[in-house]
Parts: sequence; structure tokens; C-alpha cells
Amino acid sequence: MEHVAHTLPGLMTRTEAELHQAFLDQVKAIPAGERIRRCIQCGTCTGSCPVSYAMDIPPRQLIALFRAGELETIMKSRSIWLCASCYACTTRCPSGIKITDIIYALKRTVMEKQYHSKAHQVQILANLFIENLLSYGRLHEGTLIRKYYTRMGFWKLFGYIPLALRMIKTKRLAFFPTKINAHKSLSRIIKKAQEIEMRHIPEKSDYSPGFVGYKGIGNLTLEPRKGGNA
Amino acid sequence: MKYAYYPGCSLEKTQRGYDESVREIFKALDQELIEIEDWNCCGATMYMSVRETVSLTVSARNLALAERMGLDILAPCSSCFTILSKTNRILSQIPEMHRDVNEALAEGGLTYTGATRVRHPVDILMNDIGLDVIKSRFQRNLNGLRIAPYYGCQIVRPDKTFDDRENPILLDRMFAACGAEMVYFPLKVRCCGGMLMTTFEDTALKLNKELLQCAIDNGAEAIVTTCPLCHFNLEGYQDRINKVYGTSFNIPILYFTQLLGIAFGLAPQKLGLDSSFIALGDKISTLAEAHYV
Repeated sequence: MEHVAHTLPGLMTRTEAELHQAFLDQVKAIPAGERIRRCIQCGTCTGSCPVSYAMDIPPRQLIALFRAGELETIMKSRSIWLCASCYACTTRCPSGIKITDIIYALKRTVMEKQYHSKAHQVQILANLFIENLLSYGRLHEGTLIRKYYTRMGFWKLFGYIPLALRMIKTKRLAFFPTKINAHKSLSRIIKKAQEIEMRHIPEKSDYSPGFVGYKGIGNLTLEPRKGGNA
Repeated sequence: MKYAYYPGCSLEKTQRGYDESVREIFKALDQELIEIEDWNCCGATMYMSVRETVSLTVSARNLALAERMGLDILAPCSSCFTILSKTNRILSQIPEMHRDVNEALAEGGLTYTGATRVRHPVDILMNDIGLDVIKSRFQRNLNGLRIAPYYGCQIVRPDKTFDDRENPILLDRMFAACGAEMVYFPLKVRCCGGMLMTTFEDTALKLNKELLQCAIDNGAEAIVTTCPLCHFNLEGYQDRINKVYGTSFNIPILYFTQLLGIAFGLAPQKLGLDSSFIALGDKISTLAEAHYV
């Protein structure tokens, strides 16, 4: 059956169906996330994006691929990591689609499903950022950059020497991180939030793969359209 | 008025010029800033890479602390401003999420009803305090200094907050009133790339090169910023951009609060002007060091 699913048009593979479901779960948590159904493929998002020139799959195509059930293609793209969340697309979308948040949902889906065997650099930076926050309660840029380049290629740190020297000269470099006093309390809060989140993650998907296009968007309900503006 | 001051991580040290000048400006206008005790990182855009409940809880802790103080939050960093505002919006729109966040906050003896408003200094200065009061405080005319006001992304987007999303105008008005000249700067809300400078350096360098080029081609003598990340990218990477693109950019980048402080006649050392990587140039230095009061 699995083999057939690969070949029949209009059907998704198991991996794709799972990614699809995981992504839809994330979209549900975005206020007005369901508006992804309203995309008219006008390309305003791609035209507004300052980094679309460097993307392999620009935002309009991401939505088209999502509808076509091509989740794996999306997950492999560098586009989702290139988004710097400037919200230009979200602001201009005539259908009111929260494109930036949708891209965040895609990032989270890739990270949670551990889709890639090797973490993307953005993922590494994000994880180190979170580690930094959990350790100190505040971000210490020096530690973040040092750890990031230790992972990504230590020699690159040498390129930062002139910048670091200027920061020292202008008294802008904090050599050591500061830990907030309520650090323990913050850790407890975060631990609890993680537990609560786990309650919401469905253990087993009740989604039956098969449909692409509008049907494949699942049971996202759309609020009634108001006037001309979304 | 009193505000719960939320400096954010980058203002602690790396961007001390912003922190120092914000504090001075508000002091000069008789506004009281009380720093939120033991605030934590808002999570920035990176924190959105984890599940929503966790990221919202982390930023909501700060909203809860401010609520306990009974004050609105003043958040000068664009990223903090957006994240805290977004948290507020989501919690008010999704009651289940609000309940979950409160359940987590209770572990730290906190609760949040949703009353804290998140404000940016541009908003407070122009909409609460007003241009008339600001004008009355001017000690010095900026004498036709040609500036490019750069708003960046996150104080005007994604939601319409206090200024237009495509063509914000408040900084233009503020500085036109103190005698500066706004150059034509159509990229005023174009993205600087933010953290891409670490992960996709080529792309970020190109974005910043375009911003600098646009400002300089239109005759700007300084770029005025509102965001620590924009500021750092534009200021700290000019050297690298020059190397990669064969340009010779050397344009000072000032926080809007630093330039406003100059117009207020405040002492340059109090405004953190000594923290600039790039020489301010004769015109700005002369203005800043003229007899201050």
C-alpha cells in the first residue's frame, strides 16, 4: 500500500502525511493561521521579501507546494531558514495570511520531527540561544557567538577579533554572562510550560493521509470573510 | 508618568549607547523609568523555534512582573517590543493559551491578567508627551544635519501599532522639528537581515550594503536607528561590507535617542556617544560638544 501511495497522484507518502499533520498542528496554534487556505497565489509575499532572491523556494511557492502535499520538498529547502522575520509579506498579503508565522511553524516542524540528520546552522543557533537563556535567564551575546563558531568552524572566530577589539575599546563587551536572581524560579516556569505543551501534542495522528490541495489542508476552519479586507 | 523599563539583553552592554540615551531623554522630560527587577530575556525571534507555550511563557513573565508594578512597559529594543506585544495579542485572542501560560507562571508565584501595555519610546515621545513638549526642551538646532531615519522592521510590523507600516513618519517629524533635514530614504522599513548576519552572512551583508548605499547616495550624513540589531549590523559591519563590495562607507549610525539628546543639549558622555565604532564626524561632534547645559 505504501508503495502505491508513492506513485498515485493526489496521495501523499507516509512521511509527507506525518509532516503535513505535524505542520497543521503548529498552524492551529497561530491566531488566524487557517487563512493559509485563502492564498490566491498572487506573489505579493515573494515580491515583498528582501531575501527571496536568495531563496530556492520563495514564499508563494512554499504555499503552492504545501497545497500540493509536497512537504518533503519544503522541509529540504533553505528558504525557511533564510526568513529573517521582517514581516513584510505578512503586512502586505491581501488575504491576511500570517506568512512569517507559517514559516516559523515550518521551522518548528523540521526541528521537532528531526527531519534532517544534520542540524541546519539556524537550528544550531536557535538551540544555543535557548541553552543560553536557560542557563542565565538573559542572553549573553559573547557566549552565544563563541559557542556557535566553536560548532561551525572555530577559525571563523578569528574574523571577529577586530570587532571584539572595538567593542572592548568602546566598553561594549561583557566578558561574563549575568545570571538573573530568579533564575531557579524561571527554570521551574519553563519546565512547567514544557509539560503543558506536551499535553497538547497528539500521541498518535488521527489524520488519514491521501488528500492534497484544499482537502489536504485538513479540518482547519476559516472564519467568515469580512468585506474586502481580510 | 512612570514606566516599567525593560532594557532587554543587548542594551545591557553591547548597545549601552541606546540604554544610556533612553534613560537621559526620559529624565530630561521628567518621566520616571523604573527598571523591572530581575527581568528575563524576551526570547527574541529565536525563541519562536520552540513550541508556542514555552516561548509565550518566557516573555509573559516580564509582562506579569510589570503588571505587579502597575505600569506600562517601555521596551526600546524592536525585537523585545514585537515579541512582548505579540505575546499580549496571542494571550488575549486565545483564552486556552492564556490559561496555560498562567499555569506555568504560577510555578514562579506569578500571574498575568493581561493588563500590561507594551510601548516603544518613539510612541511615548510623539504620542503621549507630544512634539510641543519635546520642542520646548530643544536647546540646540541640528542645523540642517542630513539624516536618514531608519525604522527597521519590527516596530512597525507585523501589526499596525503606532505608526504607518509602509511609510512611518514619527521620527521624520521629530527631527524635522529640531532642524535636521530628512534625506529621501525609501528603504526606511527595509529589513537589515537581523540574525542572518551570523547564519547567512552574504545575504545580510548585501541587505546592509543596500541600506548604506541608499542613505549615502541621497546625501545622508548619519543614519538614525531605533533597533539594537539594525544598529549593530549597520555600524559593526561597515568594514566587512567595504572589503566585500569595494565600497568606502564610513557613515556614523546614531540611535534616535542619542540625536534627540544632542538637540536637548545633553552631555555627550551621558548619551553614550563615546560608544560609537565610527567617528561621528566634525558636524555631529561640533553639535554635540557645543556648550551643553
